[in-house]
Amino acid sequence: MQTFNLEENGLRALNEALQAQSHQTNETAWEIVKPRGSHAIAVGLDAPIDVTVNGSTGYYCAGMNKQATITVKGNVGPGVAENMMSGTVIVEGDASQYAGATGHGGLLVIKGNASSRCGISMKGIDIVVQGNIGHMSAFMAQRGNLVVCGDAGDALGDSIYEAHLFVRGSVKSLGADCIEKEMRPEHIATLTDLLERAGMDAKPEEFKRYGSARKLYNFDIDNAY
Amino acid sequence: MCGIVGLFLKDKALEPRLGEMLTDMLITMSDRGPDSAGIAVYGTDQDGFAKLTVQAADPATFAGLDHDLGCEIEEHVSMRVIDTHAVLELPEGKVAEARAALKSIRPDMRVMSAGEVIEIYKEVGLPGDVAKRFDIPQLTGTHGIGHTRMATESAVTTLGAHPFSTGADQCLVHNGSLSNHNSLRRKLARQGVNVETENDTEVAAAYLTWKMQQGESLGEALESGIEDLDGFYTFVVGTKDGFGVLRDPIACKPAVMAETDQYVAFGSEYRALVNLPGIEDARVWEPEPATVYFWTH
Repeated sequence: MQTFNLEENGLRALNEALQAQSHQTNETAWEIVKPRGSHAIAVGLDAPIDVTVNGSTGYYCAGMNKQATITVKGNVGPGVAENMMSGTVIVEGDASQYAGATGHGGLLVIKGNASSRCGISMKGIDIVVQGNIGHMSAFMAQRGNLVVCGDAGDALGDSIYEAHLFVRGSVKSLGADCIEKEMRPEHIATLTDLLERAGMDAKPEEFKRYGSARKLYNFDIDNAY
Repeated sequence: MCGIVGLFLKDKALEPRLGEMLTDMLITMSDRGPDSAGIAVYGTDQDGFAKLTVQAADPATFAGLDHDLGCEIEEHVSMRVIDTHAVLELPEGKVAEARAALKSIRPDMRVMSAGEVIEIYKEVGLPGDVAKRFDIPQLTGTHGIGHTRMATESAVTTLGAHPFSTGADQCLVHNGSLSNHNSLRRKLARQGVNVETENDTEVAAAYLTWKMQQGESLGEALESGIEDLDGFYTFVVGTKDGFGVLRDPIACKPAVMAETDQYVAFGSEYRALVNLPGIEDARVWEPEPATVYFWTH
């Protein structure tokens, strides 16, 4: 286990050390202490390593992640796991706005609540939130799955493309072109797998599925103001 | 981008450390607003007396101000000069008279704040330098609000810096930009409420003051603001015994709050809160959009 004191050694040294790890590295376990809300912790990683952040972080934690498993034992600021490609990011507390934005792949697990714009423009990432999510979540979401064990805020899935949204609790309102859809066996299978991988003990049958009505795909004069 | 910090103390034992804690929080937010900084501190109430904090481009013009103002209002006025600011203490009932007199005897001076307990200090420069110039760390009080500014809507000047105070013991700081400040400024002018600068934030401060003059509480005035103020905002406001927070419905301007038995704290980022006592065990949360939060002593 490598322990890195961020307050003493600085962010640049941390990210250089983590980004230098190769696929064959023997230093697979890293612990970051004293994060003190710093921005851009553990960004741009590309190796199958385990990184634990002991405390809360600022903006863009675990951004652009590939392969690594990053666990934050605290809350995260805006843009956690932004543009993630693969790997796993686990937030034990709450996440601020635009968690998992534009993510192409991998799994983002938030054990607390996520605030506004969770999964905005997601492109293949899977996001599982144990608590609630804020307004405008999954705005223009293109691919991937957003699973919410709690409630969703206003305008869920506004202008959504082909991402799948699963919400167990209430949805305050649906955004433009987002509708409730039938939960078919393949969706139950996807949801079962995601809940299991995220360590959530919710029942897939309790969720409702939402997705695109596909009415905004082509120009329609009735949509013009 | 701007930075906001705020601290509302519940535990009297922390009051001697208010300035020190706020300064630390303010300096951490330098990245968010390096062009100017300001702080409002609510100190101890001296029965029967009020404070006027005034600012002068040339501190030499403070010479004899206490005497000259005392003659005008026929009362004893005491003065504490701190760099470009001076705090004048005078009998409570004489504030309006003193403000009018100030306009004739020192027309170039600007009133930063007036009230029983509030003092506002603000200047152009790095937050750390501004705090040092005014010796903010030694200030004591019950609550305080600080701001680091990255100007967008009006020039980088002392008067464009936050906090803005438009009513007795009231102040407001803002991260964001208002889009209807010109129309609101005209609407307020028709109601007899004058806004001194071109700054959008001052309009919001004047709006809340106007609402409170009409009998609304701080919380009610903030609720009205959700309807009437258009644009991006995270506001932190102070009154003599209150502390409030409001974010616009889009809520893209960041905000983090922490509460313990000792204090309620606000920061634009969690970084600003990390040195507060007991922060590890505090309840930390992001204030909801279009939701009024306020605390009173």
